Amino acid sequence: MPYIPHTPDEVTEMLGTIGVDSIDELFDEIPQELHTHLADDSTSAIPAGQSEMAVQRLLTERAMLDGTPVCFAGGGAYEHHIPAAVWEIATRGEFYSAYTPYQAEASQGTLQVVYEFQSMIASLTGMDVSNASLYDGASGLAEAVLMSVRANRKAKSKRILMPRNVSPVYRQVVETIVKNQGITLELIDFESTKGTIDLDQLKRQSEPFAALIIPQPNYFGHLENVHQLTDWAHEQGGLVIAQVNPIALALLEAPGNWGKNGADITVGEGQPLGIPLSSGGAYIGFIACKQKLVRQLPGRIVGRTIDLDGKAGFTLTLQAREQHIRRSKATSNICTNQGLMATAATLYLSFLGADGLQKVAAACVANTQTLISKLESVPSVEFPFVKNVFHEFVISLDVNIDKVLEALAEEDIVGGINISPDFGENLLLICVTETKTEDELDFFTETLARALSRLRSSEETNNGEIQS
Amino acid sequence: MSKRIIEQNAEHLIFELSDKNRRSSSLAPDVDISAVCENLPEFALRKDNLELPQVAELQVVRHYTRLSQKNFSIDTHFYPLGSCTMKYNPRACNTLAQLPGLSGRHPMAHASMSQGVMACLFDLQNMLMEATGMKQVSLTPMAGAQGEFAGVAMIRAYHEHNNDTQRSEIIVPDAAHGTNPATAVMCGYKVKEIPTNEQGDIDIEALEKIIGPQTAGIMLTNPSTLGVFERKIKLIADMIHKAGGLLYYDGANLNAILGKVKPGDMGFDVIHMNLHKTFSTPHGGGGPGAGPLGVSERLQPFLPVPMVAYDGQTYRWVTEKEQPLSIGHLSAWMGNISILLRAYIYALLLGREGMERVADYATLNANYLLKRLADAGFEIAFPERRASHEFILTLRKEAKQLGTNAMDFAKRLLDYGYHAPTTYFPLLVPECFLIEPTETESRDDLDAFVEAMIKIRDEAEQLPDLLKNAPFELPVKRLDDVKAARELDLNYYYQD
Repeated sequence: MPYIPHTPDEVTEMLGTIGVDSIDELFDEIPQELHTHLADDSTSAIPAGQSEMAVQRLLTERAMLDGTPVCFAGGGAYEHHIPAAVWEIATRGEFYSAYTPYQAEASQGTLQVVYEFQSMIASLTGMDVSNASLYDGASGLAEAVLMSVRANRKAKSKRILMPRNVSPVYRQVVETIVKNQGITLELIDFESTKGTIDLDQLKRQSEPFAALIIPQPNYFGHLENVHQLTDWAHEQGGLVIAQVNPIALALLEAPGNWGKNGADITVGEGQPLGIPLSSGGAYIGFIACKQKLVRQLPGRIVGRTIDLDGKAGFTLTLQAREQHIRRSKATSNICTNQGLMATAATLYLSFLGADGLQKVAAACVANTQTLISKLESVPSVEFPFVKNVFHEFVISLDVNIDKVLEALAEEDIVGGINISPDFGENLLLICVTETKTEDELDFFTETLARALSRLRSSEETNNGEIQS
Repeated sequence: MSKRIIEQNAEHLIFELSDKNRRSSSLAPDVDISAVCENLPEFALRKDNLELPQVAELQVVRHYTRLSQKNFSIDTHFYPLGSCTMKYNPRACNTLAQLPGLSGRHPMAHASMSQGVMACLFDLQNMLMEATGMKQVSLTPMAGAQGEFAGVAMIRAYHEHNNDTQRSEIIVPDAAHGTNPATAVMCGYKVKEIPTNEQGDIDIEALEKIIGPQTAGIMLTNPSTLGVFERKIKLIADMIHKAGGLLYYDGANLNAILGKVKPGDMGFDVIHMNLHKTFSTPHGGGGPGAGPLGVSERLQPFLPVPMVAYDGQTYRWVTEKEQPLSIGHLSAWMGNISILLRAYIYALLLGREGMERVADYATLNANYLLKRLADAGFEIAFPERRASHEFILTLRKEAKQLGTNAMDFAKRLLDYGYHAPTTYFPLLVPECFLIEPTETESRDDLDAFVEAMIKIRDEAEQLPDLLKNAPFELPVKRLDDVKAARELDLNYYYQD
């Protein structure tokens, strides 16, 4: 029996100890009308159990069906090289099959890893403190919004200024999570020729607000003038929530140093730090803040302290904020963090170090610039915004983007993200990381050019037919 | 005791192994950083040096391998942590979920490159629907607490859709998980607590008094956090439904009834499952979890998106376009898919007989352990009741007579190589241990645990100070939690 160690004799003896005749008798307190027997239900959607070999065959077939295409999509999920040792170590049973470190003495491994994770995230973001992680970048942004409303009592406002060049799906997630608490999200436009936040529209805001969200880079890959934006928000009595990419922060100014006083809260998606794409999860959100806001942080936090002998050790701390102590008065209902992903991210940052992370970031920028210059020579590819980008950029085409992506998929390319539904006709968001070779950039450019000319000629034929 | 329980030597922080002149090896691309930075706008660039550890690959491997050896885990120790279902996480689930086609797929890959993963997710939706007796399943919540949030948000959306807006209260038993009341508040509800009677059932009279037109719903776990089955569940469901409220099922204890009782049959309108418990996905030192939702017909339109649909030939994503009343998105894509795949693989390996066997043997182990501990003279909180997959033992007698409380017993258990059961939860039983052995433990391991408990009680009688100062065999002794909270040290680089 899979994963059940009992022999028939043991079962008989155990039942004898308990004083019942059968296992079924142990369920005799459950009202009879509620009993069911899944095992006997051959019409069930649940198949009979299969051997490991049979399951491996099925999963291998399905994995091969999806293949290993060349990926140029980003939009919050980024392909990076993951050192082999990251998951070899992260999936050691002692990390993989441990629980939340409630018994600190028996969990010093996990606790020290989390302390190191918090320190690395704080260092990358220029913040004083970080928590032990959140579910993902999108729900992390929602937690940052809730936190800013709790923290900014002076503003007496539940308004959040949300730029439209924050990921559309992030905005939806924030809306889902905060809408029942009376918080409103005020959309801020971007400059149509630049793609960056429209400072003039922002300055017309006269009502008080709890916080301004600043994405860096923004959803289009552009670099915002974070210093101006931060100082403006602070002058108005608002807090600043920085939403950042952790790899980009190897080269870009840390939110803690934005403007005169720095951002107050920093959140982001930690997936680029050694977490596989795996269809969008499990990922890892991170959140960090200034020391004075630490008691408003949601989720687990690990602190260093001493034991009875004065020896250094680690433990969960500030638990008085949390649901298992404060129940209905907790800062959040969050119980778990993303422990395994935090372990992998810590390993990733340790293997690469400051120098390695900067090289990864620089290679992303270099490859992106190379692809931009290659695409500039493709007829009818246009760049609607300025090209101050990190590792993503937008192009506009004169054909339907879904058809372009389909044509690229036929050549085993994930060609990018169609952002037309949210931002206007025929816009494609493309991402290039350090994983791409010169050959792959050429392959993408040529395949795109071919697809465009083919689609254009077929559209012309179709239009011709309609007209005649 | 001469046996080494786990690694005891102190391990430096990774930062203390760093030298800023050490360069990373083949792991990073070869690129001229300063040349690249010249092409980026000056205002956006980092001014200070980035501080991260610069440590060679082997030394990083050793550091984290040694740290791992300071952990208790299922793979190394019996871990009877009540309410957490710490059972074996089959290795096959981990290995197969990391196949390149699955782990390398971008969430926005074209549907033609996604049929494999979508087939897995669609099958999992169906299997979970069947196992719980619910009408539809959405896999997207990323943890139990997020499933709870989504479930209560759906209850709210349902009432609002019916213009039934005076409903402002959620009822929660006093023994509930802390996430229940915290979730209700996040969804804009007031929390009404109801007491539990001496038998561990909900106090029906008290419930009757607080139900009314203001009741939006009730959140229940069954079997409850007291480790017993709520026998009047059908009556409670009728009472709540009659008042126009809905029932929320916290699936934390689904391991106890998998394949035996379907929450849908008990009258629940919405449930969340903790796949990291019942479906054996890794706890990972505290996540990631996965908290899929199941709903009855009336809540179907409000399920969070995306989900997967199948027309007999092609799988496709169900979005808010098809599901306009959806409460929306809970994550950027579809939740913790790499974890959902592990649960799917586990479900395939078990099959329907294997699932029912989970409840059978989890219940057998719990009742056996209860009996053995009771026979050894330990006091059981609800001696008249059958244990579900877990049970509560109260050490109030030992605390009173010997001065050694549940925490002391818990810490001494660590010295014997056992992770402590859940202590001081649920709060209404004094000096309690919530013990959940799970189905994957052998009888020999259960017997050895009983022996350890007896030995510790002997120690408590003869050398109570030994327990009060335990543990002795672990990397650290009891930690100063007050200092940890008062003199915050959360970041190596920032010392106040």
